[in-house]
Amino acid sequence: MSNIEDRVKKIVCEQLGAKEEDVTAQASFVDDLGADSLDTVNLVMALEEEFETEIPDEESEKLGTVQDAIDYINAHLG
Amino acid sequence: MSRRRVVVTGLGCLSPLGNDVTSTWTGILAGKSGASTIEKFDTEKFTTNFACMVKGFDPAAYINPKDTKKMDGFIQYGYAAAIEAIRDSGIEATDSNAHRIGLAIGAGIGGLDTIERNHDALNKSGPRRVSPFFVPSAIINMIAGYLSIDYGFKGPNIAITTACTTGTHNIGYAGRTIAYGDADVMVAGGAEMASTPLGIAGFGAARALSTRNDDPTRASRPWDKDRDGFVLGDGAGVMVLEEYEHAKARGATIYAELTGFGMSGDAYHMTSPPETGAGACASMRNAVQDAKLNPVDVNYINAHGTSTPAGDKAESQAAKTLYGADADKIVMSSTKSMIGHLLGAAGAVEAIFSVLAIRDQVAPPTINLETPSEGCDLDYVPNTAREMAINHALSNSFGFGGTNGTLIFSKV
Repeated sequence: MSNIEDRVKKIVCEQLGAKEEDVTAQASFVDDLGADSLDTVNLVMALEEEFETEIPDEESEKLGTVQDAIDYINAHLG
Repeated sequence: MSRRRVVVTGLGCLSPLGNDVTSTWTGILAGKSGASTIEKFDTEKFTTNFACMVKGFDPAAYINPKDTKKMDGFIQYGYAAAIEAIRDSGIEATDSNAHRIGLAIGAGIGGLDTIERNHDALNKSGPRRVSPFFVPSAIINMIAGYLSIDYGFKGPNIAITTACTTGTHNIGYAGRTIAYGDADVMVAGGAEMASTPLGIAGFGAARALSTRNDDPTRASRPWDKDRDGFVLGDGAGVMVLEEYEHAKARGATIYAELTGFGMSGDAYHMTSPPETGAGACASMRNAVQDAKLNPVDVNYINAHGTSTPAGDKAESQAAKTLYGADADKIVMSSTKSMIGHLLGAAGAVEAIFSVLAIRDQVAPPTINLETPSEGCDLDYVPNTAREMAINHALSNSFGFGGTNGTLIFSKV
C-alpha cells in the first residue's frame, strides 16, 4: 500500500514540479499544486505509464487529489 | 512623417562557442570552431555525423524545471538568450509601458526533436501516449509566447518563419514596428535546435551538409576551394531594440543603431540561388537605400556565407555588383566558419556579431580559408580577426525558397 502511495507522490512531484512536503494525500492538483488542464492530462499519462494501466477519461476527470489517485490505482491494480 | 530611430540596447545569445554573448564573442575573435562529433544519437548510417551544438546548457538556470518539459530545446535556447538580452538592456514592464513592449522571435523549423519523440510514441504506443504539451512545445511562436507570459510584455507578439532568414527578418520587422510607432521596445531574434536525427538526415538527403566527418572543426570553410556544404548549428540570438529617445531617456547603454533593413525574393529555385546573386544583391541594395547610405559606406559585411559551393559564390558576386567600381573595398567575413549554420537563429546571432564589430571596431575572421576558390576573390578577413574602423556593418541572410534579408547597423 505505502509503496503505491510513495510512487504516486513521486510522480506528482516530478510532473507538477511540486515540493515533497506539499504533496500530501489531501492536496488538490489544481488548487494546491498549481496544475492547469494540460498538467492534469500529463499527470494521468505519467500514472498510466508507471502503473502500466489505462485510466479512461471519465475516470481521470474525477481524480482531483493525491488521495483520489492513490485510491484509483489501489482499486484497479492487479 | 519622420521615421523614429531604432537602437540596440540589449544582447543575448547561446551558441556552439558559449552560452552567453561574452564567451561567444571571445571565441569568435579567437577564431575557434564549435564543431564536434554528434554523440546524442547513433549517426552510423548518416552521411554527416557532426554539427555545431550548444554545450553544457543548464535550463534550470533560466527556466522552472516544471516548464522545461513543456519546451522543445529551441524554445529553451531562445528563452535563455532573451533573458540575457532583457537583463542586459535593463528593460522592465510596468503598468504604463507593458503594451509598448513586444516580441518578434522565430525559428526556421521549430520543435523537430519534440515532433520526432511524439511521433515515435504515437507509432509505438498509440495516440494516448502523445503528450498534451506536444503542440505548445513544438510550435515556433512559443518563445515569444512564454516571454510575454513571464515578463508581462503586452505589445506586438509575433514569430516570423522564413527558413535561414528568420532571425534577420524578425529583427528587421521589429525595427520597423518601433519606427512606425507600434511599439517602443521590441525583443527580437531567432532560435533553433535541428541537430536531431530527422534534421541531420533531411539536410543530408538534400546534399546541403558537409561530409568532412574525419575533421569537423575544418568542415565549415566558406569560399575555400575544398568547401563541401554547411555545418548545422544550434543556438539562439536575441536583441532588445528600442526607440532612440526612449533609450536615451532611461539612460540605457546604446550598442548601435539599426539603420537599414532590406528584403527580396529570388524567384528562382527551391534551395539554390541564381549564380548572379541577383536576389541577394537586391536585398543588400534595399537595406543600403533604407539606411540612406552608399554601398561603399558599409565598412564590414557579415556574410550569409554558409560554405556551400553555389551560395558562397553567388553572395560574392552579389556584393561585387552592389559595390561596382568600389568592389576592392569590400570586407566580408563569415562567422559560420566557426559556429556553423544556425538556420533560424543564424541571422540573429550574426546581427549581434555585426553590432559587436561596431562596438569593438574589429572584423571577425573567416576561419579555414586556405585557398579561395575561383570566383571568390574578395577580402574575406581570412583566419584572423582584424581591427579596423567600422561605422556601418551589414548582415545578410538567405533562406530556402529564395527569401533574402539584410540588416545594417551603424555607430551612434
